[in-house]
Amino acid sequence: MSEETLALLTWLIPAGPLLAFFVIVLFANRNRTLSWVLAWLGVFSSLILGWTVALSVATTDLHHLETHPTVVASAIDWLPVGDYFQGTWLKMGVAVDPLTAVMLIMVTFAVTMIFVYSVGYHNWGAPLGTILGVPNHMQEEPLLGRFFGYMSLFAGAMLLLVVADNLLLLFVGWEIMGFCSYSLIGFWHARDYHLSPESIPHIPPRSAAIKAFLTTRVADVVMLLGIVWFYRAFGTLNFSQALSAHSLEEAVVRIGAPALGIMALLLFTGTVGKSAQWPLHVWLPDAMEGPTPVSAVIHAAAMVSAGVYMIIRIYPLIAVGAGPHGNSAVSWTIAGIGAFTALMAATIAVAQYDVKGVLAYSTISQLGFMVAALGVGGYIAAAFHLITHGFFKALLFLASGSVIHGMEHGAHHVHDHHTDPQDMRFMGGLRHKMPVTFWTFFIGGMALSGLPLVTAGFWSKDEIFAEAWHSFEQGNALGIVVLVTLAVAAFLTAFYTMRQISLTFLGEPRTPLAEHAHESNRFMTVPLVLLSIFAVGAGWFGIPESFPVLGPIVNNNFFHHFVGATIYETMAELESLDLVNAAIETLPFSWVPLTASLVVALGGLFVGWWIYGRKALVKDQQDPLVRPLGPLHVFLNRKWYWDELYQVVFIKPTVSFSEKVVYEVIDKGLIDGILHLVALSFYKFGSYMKRTEELVFGQAVDWVKDQFLAMTKVSRQLQTGKIQEYVLVSVLIIAVLTAVILAVNYYGPVNEWFSQIALFVN
Amino acid sequence: MIPLSWYLIVSALLFSIGLYGVMARRNAVAILMAVELMLNAVNINLVAFWRYTAPDRAVGLAWAVFVLTVAAAEAAVGLALIISVYRRRDSVIAEELDTLRN
Amino acid sequence: MVEQIIFLIISAFTLTMAVIVVTKRNLFHAALALMAAFLGVAGLYVLLDAGFLAAAQLLVYIGAISILVIFAIMMTRRLMQTTEPAFNSQAGFALVTAVIGFGILFWVFYLFREIWPLIPDATVPLASKPELPQEVIRNSVVVMGQSFVDPAIYVLPFEIASVLLLAALVGAIIVAWPKAEDKA
Repeated sequence: MSEETLALLTWLIPAGPLLAFFVIVLFANRNRTLSWVLAWLGVFSSLILGWTVALSVATTDLHHLETHPTVVASAIDWLPVGDYFQGTWLKMGVAVDPLTAVMLIMVTFAVTMIFVYSVGYHNWGAPLGTILGVPNHMQEEPLLGRFFGYMSLFAGAMLLLVVADNLLLLFVGWEIMGFCSYSLIGFWHARDYHLSPESIPHIPPRSAAIKAFLTTRVADVVMLLGIVWFYRAFGTLNFSQALSAHSLEEAVVRIGAPALGIMALLLFTGTVGKSAQWPLHVWLPDAMEGPTPVSAVIHAAAMVSAGVYMIIRIYPLIAVGAGPHGNSAVSWTIAGIGAFTALMAATIAVAQYDVKGVLAYSTISQLGFMVAALGVGGYIAAAFHLITHGFFKALLFLASGSVIHGMEHGAHHVHDHHTDPQDMRFMGGLRHKMPVTFWTFFIGGMALSGLPLVTAGFWSKDEIFAEAWHSFEQGNALGIVVLVTLAVAAFLTAFYTMRQISLTFLGEPRTPLAEHAHESNRFMTVPLVLLSIFAVGAGWFGIPESFPVLGPIVNNNFFHHFVGATIYETMAELESLDLVNAAIETLPFSWVPLTASLVVALGGLFVGWWIYGRKALVKDQQDPLVRPLGPLHVFLNRKWYWDELYQVVFIKPTVSFSEKVVYEVIDKGLIDGILHLVALSFYKFGSYMKRTEELVFGQAVDWVKDQFLAMTKVSRQLQTGKIQEYVLVSVLIIAVLTAVILAVNYYGPVNEWFSQIALFVN
Repeated sequence: MIPLSWYLIVSALLFSIGLYGVMARRNAVAILMAVELMLNAVNINLVAFWRYTAPDRAVGLAWAVFVLTVAAAEAAVGLALIISVYRRRDSVIAEELDTLRN
Repeated sequence: MVEQIIFLIISAFTLTMAVIVVTKRNLFHAALALMAAFLGVAGLYVLLDAGFLAAAQLLVYIGAISILVIFAIMMTRRLMQTTEPAFNSQAGFALVTAVIGFGILFWVFYLFREIWPLIPDATVPLASKPELPQEVIRNSVVVMGQSFVDPAIYVLPFEIASVLLLAALVGAIIVAWPKAEDKA
């Protein structure tokens, strides 16, 4: 396929969903069926186009890729910058390199599966729901058009971000997704909760939407500063131009590597917000208030992935910033935040009762894995885990949605609308009621835990451990810190996953809801099955060559070489310039990380099964960990009290400030005061004008009129009506005129005088 | 041996006297009499000029006759008007006939 | 010489009578003075060799117009009319104006004294009556009469004058015709 064709197809990848958005919003909003059909058309087109382009890139010769990683590059002139007549323009465009290709594979497929799933999730075909803005259980969602409109916009924005060739266009997609997540989390805008104290706490969806948007906004502001500095430092926002070895070398000379490190940290702040790392992780669990497809697409396939994708993209900058001339604090910060988040979120997930809550914290934790991997230099490991995580987390979320649907169906059946269908304590025995959901959930859960060999999660997690260990072996203490932290986190991951599977599916139904649950419709189950294929198989593209037994059989770590080709040459050059610590290299095999991943995965699964699965919980039985952990369990269940802390430290003072100072003093006092002043001055001016007018125009005009009247009084006296007086006046006038004429013409002195005047005039 | 100008001065004097009478007399009939005087002065002027400049032509005399005729007609009509006004308003005082006032 | 004396006497007479006309309170006396003034004017016409016109003056003015004036005086008279003042309120101004008017006229004569000499002199034209054969003087009436009927000369004004007289006649009658509510 020629390069022009590929470029055109790349431009069209985000176009499908974006076009679907516009058509739905403008025309098809009322027609629910037409809306989802249009949305399907959009994402299916992007799926086909995305896979075409990605596979085209994937089949390119590897050596050619290493030297020319950007296979497709197409840009248009967007803004004139600098001297207009010199013709320098800011260019916006698309570019496809191996990293983009793998992202396209994952994102398009996962999003398409979610779109298919959504039609069934919203009960299309069932009787129409009547109340707008709340979930109408068992009935068709009345605002389905709006849902698919926003979802299409979201998909288009994500794809735009993935194919963007510069930081600004990426940021555009980033922000659009931020808006869409706000709209979609708050999709059930009229929903309110009336909960008893022992049930799982919920905040209303509209509050969750605002929380998500504001938290990510804080991060985005800092990221924008980073983007501005980026443009200042490199003169361009284009990735391949700015992050080439030559450009980075120049930048180091100009502003120094530590400055580049700080720039990298500013950009990383965006990831902290978008990918829900500590301290900005608080929005993601509350974002579960949105419909489950939204949770899947935002928290698995797309939005949180965008955060990690972005720092993977700018990895050369991070590497230089943390390299020999830079400051190692950069990598400690990034890896530290990642590792800490991974561990913290995993501990919280252990004590959660909401089926989606566990998955939410699981997502936070896994993103921490990726960030930590990047912090120790695991470029490919981070990318690998991003891809596999996208598949199996989407699968898990969709499966949990199917579970919730089943529980709601049971609730409807027994007319119990007070029991929370998302609370795992009320589930149980669902493997018999919902077998497809059970097996697909199981596969996803195993992938998440990192069940060795057969699941994708194992390969990607193993690679992260290998990178950390390798970094430690190279002399970086950060490596061992990260390795240990992530190992504990991985253990907990396997543990809480097994806990979740046991509570939900094993044993016997603990409530009538679970009793009367049944499998979901085909719209929902088919995507689950398709995703589980990838949850299993996606990892096999990344088997290291040095892996015992399997490695030599496959003998091609395709993922490693393919994605590594994106910056292989750049990193090699940078390493030769002694600007980075290490280039992209195939890791030598070591037993330490492999043992670690096997132990934690199998160990965690076993312990989880031992506590929760061997003797499944029965009705009203308390979680077995509550008593032993005691206050620790409460601490974990209440999410380490971060929300309460932020409320006191940030939110209350801000609200108080805005109410007392901004509103009272600035708005009402200053601004309104100025307005009142302006109005008053205008009024005064108007009164003055009025008075002036009365005086000038009124009185002055009247005076003139009076003068005229006076004159007429005088001249009226001429008109006495007496003829004799007229005669007298006439005679006098004639006499005077005659005298003048005679004098001028004939009387000597006057004549001369007049002649002189006449001469002078002429 | 009478210069033309003597006749003209007489005519001017007569005219001025008549003018004074028009402007100064109270009674309307008296005003009319003064008007006749003025017309006569004009006639004298005409005839004097005729005799001194073109006595062989008809112009002067003919014109003087016309003036005479018109004066007669005008006197008749004027006096008739005065009589009519006197019948209406019981007054022939010119000053009191000021309905055209203002 | 004689001529000049006669002229002066007739002029003085005429002017005196004119003054009486405009000053006499008694209108009847004023009317009589008017007739005398007309007589004086007729005399001046005779001096100017305009005999026909003198006769016409006597007939028309003294014979008709003066009588008309007297009739008008009689018919507009009220009891004790002679006690009324003769002059109106602007008599003073009128005198001044009349003097000014005469002054202007005299100034003209003075300015043009070269053309109209003020001093009798036989040699200068217009300083004395031009000599004329009697024929011309006697013929003057004939010439005038012929001019009245000659279509190239004054027949039109002559006819119009006739119509004017007719109109005046009829008009005067109509205007003065007593109406029912008028005083007789």
